[in-house]
Amino acid sequence: MATKKFLYINRKAPHGSIYAHESLEVVLIGAAFEQDVTLAFIDDGVYQLMKDQDTSAIGSKNFAPTFRALGDYDVNQIYVERESLEMRGLDKDDLMPLTWEDEDDDWAEKDSIHIVSSAELAEIFEQQEVILNF
Amino acid sequence: MSVLHIINKSPFDRNSLDSCLRLALEGSAILLIEDGVYAVQKKSTAAARLQQALGKHLVYALQPDMQARGVTTDSMIDGIELVDYDGFVKLATEFDKSQSWL
Repeated sequence: MATKKFLYINRKAPHGSIYAHESLEVVLIGAAFEQDVTLAFIDDGVYQLMKDQDTSAIGSKNFAPTFRALGDYDVNQIYVERESLEMRGLDKDDLMPLTWEDEDDDWAEKDSIHIVSSAELAEIFEQQEVILNF
Repeated sequence: MSVLHIINKSPFDRNSLDSCLRLALEGSAILLIEDGVYAVQKKSTAAARLQQALGKHLVYALQPDMQARGVTTDSMIDGIELVDYDGFVKLATEFDKSQSWL
């Protein structure tokens, strides 16, 4: 099967609408078909990666832990726009740690999340073949 | 009592909070729920606006919605009162009317 470079752009907060959850479902499907998957989190999308999310009191599914499975699907190119974090008073320590194991480097555990500037993110957009927005 | 203003949108996604702060009379109260709770984080650029509002309004935030979003009380600006669902109902009964800024 042909492999394409897929970019999923996430711009919505996680629990106020269904977009974030649906995006994650589609990302996992794309990864299962062994496509080259990149995720970008910008604007309110950065809130999806906040650590310590606990939806037990609002009666909706907590899909945040599912992000931790992405590394096992070789989804390790996760880009978060620095400008969006800064506007919201957040930094990398406010986000859940996401890692993957590099089989070419003796299964070393590496960070999947990369904080990048708008300019760097624009370059990453440019390299993609398919872009899906959520 | 007067009006309970309810905000359920992120201050970065919609202008609901700004419109509310512009039009809410002194003495009315503001309750942040759902994505509205992101406004409480003191390091965010929305904090200054809410901080200013604290002089004119009682501001409440729904704790279960903060917990769901990983928004901690440590990150919150001072002076906001947390309520649970029972507190939400109590506020709705105490005020003459509520206005939901969709």
